[in-house]
Amino acid sequence: MSADLLQFLVAGVTVGACYGLVGVGFSIIYNASQVINFAQGEFVMIAGLGTTSLLAAGMPYAVAIALGVLITVLVGVALEALAIAPARQSSVVTLIIITVGASIFLRGAAELVWGRNFRSLPPFSGAEPIALGGAVIQPQSLWVLGGTAISVVLLSLFFAATRSGKAMLATACNPNVALLLGIDTRAVLRLSFAIAALLGGIAGVLIAPISLTYTDVGVMLGLKGFCAAILGGLGNPFGAVVGGLIVGVTEALTAGYLSSAYKDAVAFVMILVVLIVMPRGLFGAKAGERV
Amino acid sequence: MSGKTLLAALRHFAVIAILWPLATGAALAAEPIRLGAFLAVTGKAAFLGGPEKNTIELYVAKINEAGGIDGRPIALTVYDTGGQAKEALTYVKRLIEQDKVDVIIGGTSTGETMAVIKTVEEAGVPFVSLAGGQEIVEPVKRWVFKTPHTDRLAVDKIFYDMKARGLTRVGLLSGSGGFDKSCRDNVLALAPERGMVIVADETHGAGDTDVTAQLTKIRSAPGVQAFLYCGFGAPTSIVAKNFRQLGLTLPHYQTHGSASKTFIDGAEGAAEGVRLPAAALLVVDQLPPSHPQKQVASAYRDAYEARFKEPISTFGGHAYDALFIVVEAIKRAGRTDKETVRAEIERTTGFIGADGIFTMTPTDHLGLDPESFIMVEVKDGNWKMLQ
Repeated sequence: MSADLLQFLVAGVTVGACYGLVGVGFSIIYNASQVINFAQGEFVMIAGLGTTSLLAAGMPYAVAIALGVLITVLVGVALEALAIAPARQSSVVTLIIITVGASIFLRGAAELVWGRNFRSLPPFSGAEPIALGGAVIQPQSLWVLGGTAISVVLLSLFFAATRSGKAMLATACNPNVALLLGIDTRAVLRLSFAIAALLGGIAGVLIAPISLTYTDVGVMLGLKGFCAAILGGLGNPFGAVVGGLIVGVTEALTAGYLSSAYKDAVAFVMILVVLIVMPRGLFGAKAGERV
Repeated sequence: MSGKTLLAALRHFAVIAILWPLATGAALAAEPIRLGAFLAVTGKAAFLGGPEKNTIELYVAKINEAGGIDGRPIALTVYDTGGQAKEALTYVKRLIEQDKVDVIIGGTSTGETMAVIKTVEEAGVPFVSLAGGQEIVEPVKRWVFKTPHTDRLAVDKIFYDMKARGLTRVGLLSGSGGFDKSCRDNVLALAPERGMVIVADETHGAGDTDVTAQLTKIRSAPGVQAFLYCGFGAPTSIVAKNFRQLGLTLPHYQTHGSASKTFIDGAEGAAEGVRLPAAALLVVDQLPPSHPQKQVASAYRDAYEARFKEPISTFGGHAYDALFIVVEAIKRAGRTDKETVRAEIERTTGFIGADGIFTMTPTDHLGLDPESFIMVEVKDGNWKMLQ
């Protein structure tokens, strides 16, 4: 029985890490603009599918991954320049709706490029499962966990130790004052989309060997990632990861001990409860009134 | 000089006079048979509708080149529904009222098909659907037929195979899509009749990336002897991967929803040993020469691949069967009045198609039995036909 429990936890951590990694991307863009970028899941999809194509074209795996992520960053920057920037003066809600439209557009475009079939990426370091007590884990899950951890550490450093990072935090705090202080808030926004796309792209190639990849892969991952970000407290990348792990483990335990039919429902209800008790999420900023 | 001209004119007249009745007679005999099709050539179901359209166009052209049916060519009208039920209804109305077709083939998806049934029934036009849903022909509708296997047939075939191996206690996992649910319903409904016991009934959500929790639970279900997954798309490979990751040794079954090379490729070797029911087209080359479908299936495969330079799919096979069931019925009827053609389609007996051997009756507008499926097992990264 305890072996089962361990296996449930492993399953939960595996998917939770995926959710968390996607969730971090939501936090970055939210920080810079208060916008929830609903095309975040599509970054995941583009990186995964792009890499499968490059790999199929005969490139070495590492090069294909790097280019796949780079393409995703370019898509992220293009999204900001073509869709978000022109509507910069609009309200946050308008910008969010634009990202919803962008996500639909990206899915449709991806369908034209890659078709409806699903594809897969080979695991980075073999498919031989690793025994962990009585449970087993895919090596790729460790890559996801490691990739998530490294991403979050680098992000923290970026925010704490670089001018661009601090500019981003300042813009998040108050865009008008940041502008008065000489911060180019438009550049900050563009940078935030680039970073979010980078994170989505990294998530895409790390997750693809586990989840496989197809044009709709970003829809559910995006939604769960969004939940992770909200649960952890929007704007806090570290919180998004913890939120992702909580959602993942809750799902796995529900599937294991209650019923797999209620797995998603239990996770969503739990998020609702947390948000009622702690409206800013587990690690959300304690900020006062936004005016 | 003028005499010669006169003679020429006379000869001309004579030729016309002789040929005139022939020409009109030929024109009367050549009144085309109007065949209408509505297919999801674009949109989400394009991977189904594309091969269907190709197949119908390919064989209508072949039939017309060979002189048509009893000297009458087939005039084909194809509309693209984009997979939308609403569009399907619009186009079917147009086929009936404007194009005045004699027979309708189409409805790539169950949704498109169900949307047009009422209209087709009211207008009284023979209609052969290419969609999988059981509800299309159950209960039987007077004018509606279909060619693809139903999920029920697939489940039945799987149960036969399990019983033959002495496996009766099944752990079931299914996804949340329409196909998954229909398959699960059939498993649960058919199990008691076939003496099977479902000891675990787990599900996963759309877009789930891991099902090890569900598989762990199935592993510890009391007395579980076999594992069955009802699903479609990427999860089929994920299930196989997780199954191997956990080191499960239960006999592993999936459905015809997994019968594509993408399933094997996506599972990265974890699909080895998975058994599933599939149409004969999937293993054309392995069919023994004595197999009744061998000739039809390989002829279709060769013709399609030569013309379109892409591998066949079982979906095109549904269209092949629908077209030829209609053609044979019209040949038997010798005319195209709708009720006669309908009755002849219903009398289809022992028709050897790509999907199986069809024998329709007034109470069975599909006409296939579980024998029309072939059990295959994944071996060395490919399909291996089981005896």
